[in-house]
Amino acid sequence: MSKFKKRKKGLPAISTASLPDIVFMLLFFFMVSTTMRETDLVIKKPVLPSASEVKKLEHKSLVSTIYVGKSKNERISGDKIQVNDKIIDVKDIPSFIFSERAIRKEEEVKFMTTSIKADKQANVGTILDIKEQLRDINALKISFSTTKSGELKSNY
Amino acid sequence: MSRRGSGEFSASSMADIAFLLLIFFLVTTTMDVDSGIARKLPEKVDNPPDVVIKEKNVLDIVVNRSNQLLVENEFVEVTDIKRLAMDFIDNGGGESVAKDGKPAAPCDYCNGAKDPESSDHPSKAIISLQSDRGTTYGMYVSIQNEIEGAYNELRNKLALKKYRRSYKDLLDDYKDNGTKSLKEKVDFLKDSYPQIISEPEPIK
Repeated sequence: MSKFKKRKKGLPAISTASLPDIVFMLLFFFMVSTTMRETDLVIKKPVLPSASEVKKLEHKSLVSTIYVGKSKNERISGDKIQVNDKIIDVKDIPSFIFSERAIRKEEEVKFMTTSIKADKQANVGTILDIKEQLRDINALKISFSTTKSGELKSNY
Repeated sequence: MSRRGSGEFSASSMADIAFLLLIFFLVTTTMDVDSGIARKLPEKVDNPPDVVIKEKNVLDIVVNRSNQLLVENEFVEVTDIKRLAMDFIDNGGGESVAKDGKPAAPCDYCNGAKDPESSDHPSKAIISLQSDRGTTYGMYVSIQNEIEGAYNELRNKLALKKYRRSYKDLLDDYKDNGTKSLKEKVDFLKDSYPQIISEPEPIK
């Protein structure tokens, strides 16, 4: 037993006193960079097309997002449009934009952007319908959401 | 059970608490930056005036429901569009539109072939993108991307020639500190190669 004790004295335990500090540092990093997921998708998660000439969307608070994709139910065909947790009809897009405008300051309205996050298999017809509706109510700034990549072949 | 001064409280659980929080934020974090191709829709006008546009000033891009492309009635691949669009916009075969008191003048910055059968001037060159309702969105975005790429490259070329800086560099600089001289430069480049994209009603 005494032999055992002697050997142990040679290796001091690694101090874990700095562990909380390291963990806290990581914690703050993630706290700062976190954006809470605001909407739950009720449609299938759209696979965004890729593009090379992309621009970052500035002023996230002024962006309203429209999702376009297939329904989660395999038997329902056609493109579904989702805003704020629910599936809507193309005709309801103006009222969505109006409600988005209502919660922002009046002078900010003209800087509002509509981001269209559509699946790359979606039909252009649906997208053009959405664009037409947006044109009707003068929501002219739009952005086709894409992932940045130089490879276009995967789009079609 | 005798008390010996005030006992130190153990900090060993601190790490556990911090880990718990850390894991929570790790899970809830989404670090996606939303980026995409920016477009400005044309304003709606009730009675659009009839404008006569010469056939040669329009680059017709047609895409059908099986994602096949037709540019000026010839089959092409998506990757060809950028070059075709650049040739078309930069042709400079004629004179610009007279506006703001400036008389019509030939394009002095164009490097194109000056083909009289192609566009007159970058400010007159219209790209028309006619799509089918059944075209897939990926294809549509690819075409938009190529057109955007053509304009950006032309602006970049002019920026390098005139200001010895790339267009992207100028834009980034303008975003960081928007001085008046930078704005003039950026606006000049944008005005030299204005994006005129027309999207007619889709084929049913």
